[in-house]
Amino acid sequence: MKSLIACCLAFICSGALAQDVLIRGATIHTASERGVLENTDVLLRNGRIAAVGVGLEAPSGASIVAAKGRALTPGLFGGLSAIGVNEISLESTTVDAYLQLNAPAFAMQWRPEFDVAVAYNPNSTLVPVARMEGLTWTVLEPGSMPGGSFLAGQGAAVTLGGAYDAALQGSRSLFINLGGEVSALSGGSRAAQWMLLEQAIHEARSRTAPEDGALLRPLGRQALARYLDGGRVVFHVSRAADIRRTLEFARTHGMRPVIAGGEEAWAVARELAARDVPVLLDALANLPSSFDTIGSRLDNAALLHAAGVRIAFTQFGESHNARKIRQLAGNAVAHGLPHDAALRALTAEPARIFGLGERRGRIEPGLTADLVLWSGDPLEVTAFAEQVWIEGRAVPMRSRQTELRDRYLQRLRQTQQSGAHAPAESGARGDATPTFHRESTP
Amino acid sequence: MRRTKCDASRAAWRAHFITALSCTLTACAATPPDGPASQAAEPQRASEPFPSTYRPPESPVTLIRGATVLTGVGERIDNGDVLLADGRIQAVGPSLTPPADARIIDAQGRWVTPGLIDVHSHLGVYPSPSIKAHDDGNEMIDPVTANVWAEHAVWPQDPGLQTALEGGVTTLQILPGSGNLIGGRGVTLKNVAAATVQAMKFPGAAHGLKMACGENPKRVYGAQSRAPMTRMGNVAGYRQAFADAQNYREQWLKFEREFARRQENKHGGSDDDAAAPTPPKRDIELETLAATMQGDILVHVHCYRSDEMAVMLDLAEEFGFRIAAFHHAVELYKIADLVAEHGVCGAQWADWWGKKIEMYDGVQENIALTDYPANGCAIVHSDSEEGVQRLNQEAAKAMARGVRAGLDIPPERAIRWITSNAAKALGVDAHTGSLEPGKMADVVIWNRDPFSVYALADQVFIDGALVFDRAARAAKPRSDFLLGQPLAHPGLETPL
Repeated sequence: MKSLIACCLAFICSGALAQDVLIRGATIHTASERGVLENTDVLLRNGRIAAVGVGLEAPSGASIVAAKGRALTPGLFGGLSAIGVNEISLESTTVDAYLQLNAPAFAMQWRPEFDVAVAYNPNSTLVPVARMEGLTWTVLEPGSMPGGSFLAGQGAAVTLGGAYDAALQGSRSLFINLGGEVSALSGGSRAAQWMLLEQAIHEARSRTAPEDGALLRPLGRQALARYLDGGRVVFHVSRAADIRRTLEFARTHGMRPVIAGGEEAWAVARELAARDVPVLLDALANLPSSFDTIGSRLDNAALLHAAGVRIAFTQFGESHNARKIRQLAGNAVAHGLPHDAALRALTAEPARIFGLGERRGRIEPGLTADLVLWSGDPLEVTAFAEQVWIEGRAVPMRSRQTELRDRYLQRLRQTQQSGAHAPAESGARGDATPTFHRESTP
Repeated sequence: MRRTKCDASRAAWRAHFITALSCTLTACAATPPDGPASQAAEPQRASEPFPSTYRPPESPVTLIRGATVLTGVGERIDNGDVLLADGRIQAVGPSLTPPADARIIDAQGRWVTPGLIDVHSHLGVYPSPSIKAHDDGNEMIDPVTANVWAEHAVWPQDPGLQTALEGGVTTLQILPGSGNLIGGRGVTLKNVAAATVQAMKFPGAAHGLKMACGENPKRVYGAQSRAPMTRMGNVAGYRQAFADAQNYREQWLKFEREFARRQENKHGGSDDDAAAPTPPKRDIELETLAATMQGDILVHVHCYRSDEMAVMLDLAEEFGFRIAAFHHAVELYKIADLVAEHGVCGAQWADWWGKKIEMYDGVQENIALTDYPANGCAIVHSDSEEGVQRLNQEAAKAMARGVRAGLDIPPERAIRWITSNAAKALGVDAHTGSLEPGKMADVVIWNRDPFSVYALADQVFIDGALVFDRAARAAKPRSDFLLGQPLAHPGLETPL
């Protein structure tokens, strides 16, 4: 209730309620059981999807968008990222995505109370770059760095609509990174990762004051305790054997696990399906980049889907180019994943995984109006977002990158046109006019 | 400074195994292949070191029939045929008549392009798995290491070579990394299965020289409180290195003059009993830089910012070398006309940006704008074991963004970015990078328009040999590393 009031206040303070929008004649990828609806209308009102149907009437004052059969999808998931908490990766003053207390591993105090989402800056240049490509939300994921802990802390989903209070209620998650990549943070062995986690959980459950050398401080004990008995914990884990152990660990301690990475998840797909544990994966990961990922393969997504495992796409360590996530989905389709499953893995599935499934990720009446109108097949690399709506409002289809482009394109045109050999140009650029259709469906 | 172009005679002298050094230090055309001077006991004049042992396998005459053909040099032929024989492209056009014994491949509804070329790869020197002992790409003990060669570190078992082939890549330049101002020599490889790097070396291809602008070298050495610590130090470092190489070249030229004079006098019966001149001590580092100034090594500069690229163009002018390509070149769009005027290519990503402040001004139209000016030379590169597997998709993104910005870029133009323009930057455009009669039969058959995310390479040919066939699943991976690994994917490569 509190958050509902806060939400209304935010709308009022930010100017006005969003204008009603009627999108007419779209090919609607609902990302729900209703599948794809041809030549259908969607009405956006008060930040929500008010109606989906054929021949909807425009309320007075509504702005009308003629989709002309183009694809309309839910706003896309930006993956696990550091959008808004990492401006320039190599400039430490601009990066808030991880905690480095720089204590040796066994003198370290863990800080599960660290929540990266509170550092979110909606005015980061990464936000418009991502959202004008159709990404309307992301999950801020804390990282593990040398001098930090493999229990990285908490993160949450944020909307990329530009609001200061961007965190989406119910999405907060704990992030734990496992395996060889972080074994330096557990004294050199992945076995010690389980040992230390057991220690931390013991402390969180304990009613007595922590003894000397405790991993957790009082607030850390509280924070971790919230994730026991049903909390969502994202385990970044790659190796098949480690994934199986993660499932056992999570079951023992009542955590709701999400597997992130999961390069070898296909090899334990049956166990994942049986326990309804979802996998966030990078569909381009096909190389044995470490001894944890010998089994990487391009059809991981297709194999998991076929086995009944819920999947969503993500990149890892990629915030600036978060927009590449569509390309992951398209490649998964090229390697056997059904097109509709790939689109759901960018929309409904990640929303459901992060506790937002009743409010976001599908095109259905009552859900938040995060929508994207595409120039072509939404998974195609040559297609682009023509218009993005976040919470019912059309977002400006501009970014720092389009500003730079326009400045120098104009300059270059002038110098070339004064020369002799300027190549021919096609029609004038228009941001809402599709000038190019290289659509294809699998 | 006068530039001596060795390009025309390079193939000839390599074929005759004339020493790299003698070409380095004298005008190539003037060097007699078997003249008296080379017969004389000149010290240290071995034949070209680490020569290519690559020999194309025998392959049947092959006619690829009825495809949409992108030639790589700007043409598109619908319903076109491509004839391969003796490892070469024999003919391209509609309705070719095959020889009686030809293997016929029906490519109706499919697309055919030249084999793709990646001008910026670290496969083999930063292989998978990326464990500590595999870090062979950056000799970061000194900012100038022109003496190191990437080919001495290429691990031919890198599983990434196979996956790159499955993405249609037939030729790659493996470069040292960008931690140094001058990182060493790059090597151009044919993407064939081999147990030695020599068996992959592209015959006759010139070496590349890897140089780096900007943040990386100054970060690496500045952190050690040594030069370069700033961009000023970067440029000072390049200049001193090339100035030393000029001096080195002068020493050798002086020696050669004295040596020749003595020989002449001997033959003329002159009674010159002066002592034979002593040759200067060979310096492997300066030898590379001298060869670069001579035009025998092609310069590839990792450089993001427009201002730094302009400085590098002037540096090249000062020391008389030519830059083949700026790599990454995230800001090239700001000076696309200037770079095009200098005949320098831009090798870029489609959309990567922002990891460093020198990458902060990235735009998705960079490649299209590099391509735009008259004489513009755009290349899509990977610098990534992932990106190299889908250069076609990277080119598709760049093309689509250019078209959206109002530029006329049909697929037959954009394909040049990953074929003929790349071949030009590597100096192998006379041999590969296009479907023209006489070129190496490096060819990809795609299951559909390659500028689609759904496109897959069905078949890949190198010098006419079918080296990958998606329909024929291999039981075993190409890389020895993956053999016997229980979860390793066998891969799709046709065993030869």
